[in-house]
Amino acid sequence: MKLNRKSYAHMVARASPPSPAVRDCLWAFFVGGGICLLGEVLRQLFLRWYDATLAGTLTSIALIFLSAVCTVLGWYQKLAAKAGAGTLVPITGFANSVVSPAVEFKAEGWVTGVGARIFGIAGPVIAYGTAASAVWGLFYWLLGKVG
Amino acid sequence: MAIRRQDTLLFEKPPVIAAWAAVGGKKESEGPLAAGFDFLTQDAAFPDEACANWEQAESLLQQKAAELCLRKAGISRKEVDLALAGDLQAQCTASNYTMRALEIPFAGVYGACSTMAETLCLGAALAAGGLVHQALALTSSHFCAAERQFRTPLDYGAKRTPTAQWTATAAGACLLRGPGQTGVPVLSVTFGRVQDYAVRDINNMGAAMMPAAASTLLRFFSATGARPEQYDAIFTGDLGEVGSALLQEQMAREGVPLPNHRDCGCLLYDVASQNVQAGGSGAGCSAAVLCSHILPALQAGQYRRVLFVATGALMSQTTYLQGESIPGIAHCVELTKEGTG
Repeated sequence: MKLNRKSYAHMVARASPPSPAVRDCLWAFFVGGGICLLGEVLRQLFLRWYDATLAGTLTSIALIFLSAVCTVLGWYQKLAAKAGAGTLVPITGFANSVVSPAVEFKAEGWVTGVGARIFGIAGPVIAYGTAASAVWGLFYWLLGKVG
Repeated sequence: MAIRRQDTLLFEKPPVIAAWAAVGGKKESEGPLAAGFDFLTQDAAFPDEACANWEQAESLLQQKAAELCLRKAGISRKEVDLALAGDLQAQCTASNYTMRALEIPFAGVYGACSTMAETLCLGAALAAGGLVHQALALTSSHFCAAERQFRTPLDYGAKRTPTAQWTATAAGACLLRGPGQTGVPVLSVTFGRVQDYAVRDINNMGAAMMPAAASTLLRFFSATGARPEQYDAIFTGDLGEVGSALLQEQMAREGVPLPNHRDCGCLLYDVASQNVQAGGSGAGCSAAVLCSHILPALQAGQYRRVLFVATGALMSQTTYLQGESIPGIAHCVELTKEGTG
């Protein structure tokens, strides 16, 4: 065949349509912003009864709960198919990444299915998030020694 | 018997595809080929049949294709000498469980999305040689079973890239018989060679498989001396829009342009409106297009001669994560209109 790997890579790049960046960004901005706005509304509501720290925590819990419900009802992924990072980045996206495998792998049992695979997507975030916080903790401690 | 010319087996007395059946799910029922299907369900989870999971659902889909095909052929499953079947699930699970129910002598075949052509090639060769009188060739794919195995959980919120393809929830089954019987004659089969041009993007399968389609077509034309213009249509499956454009470009460069090329991934769905990104894919996609469109058209005489070139991407989740590129394969089946074999 009149084809080599290098020239094919160029051919493929030329033939493959790019993601519609402007449309994707607008979706992400408005949906992501909408989720944050919902969070702020909830926080203001909680502030009527609780102090700022507790209101913040309750807001996170409420958003996680709402995301879990929407995931189970199959709504979250429908929105995410359009919103992309707008639904991925907020805390609701993290909740979706934990709830969706729990629902999906129930068929393989509570331990070997749900238990083993619940952090299949969120696992790397937890692992590297913990590692990064340990590194930062060390740095913070050293700063304290010097300062 | 057959004459071997390079990679192509030419059947002097062609075996025939005597009966066929296509089954599909909701999205397929909304596609342009819906009218050609033998069975379409609006709920491919099959809750009415006490189906517990997606793997079982795919097996049920395949079973329906097999049973409908046998019913259309007017025979019972006991009269089938061999079933050649495969699917995308690990260890060809759906086919294994289908065959547990059907109790037909069974050989599992894996060719990813090229499985329909691969089982037809093998079945036609066996039928032409008189080694089987009646053989089933069938395959399936199920969007939900494929997503949970190869990508992410169904409820996980993710965006698909424009080059990604949509796994069809569909199955196709063909009953092959020896020469001289009524049906669509299989004039030749060409087993493909694995081609790998270093595509690593699992969201661009069409690009990964295109070299395999081009290679098999070029070998077929070189072996037989035929030209693309002699065919009413050359069907590839499932290159989608990206792979199809690449195939056109490559074949033109080889001096064998394909004016009558069509792709099963672009036929099963209305690509512009059904939100399938670059088109359909999955073993069931080309199988369903074959059984809902190509074979009925050959039977009715709308097509006189066609090529069916199903393509498969032969990577696994393991090799892809290890950074390996995606090998592709394509097998070619040459079909002619009923009564001309």
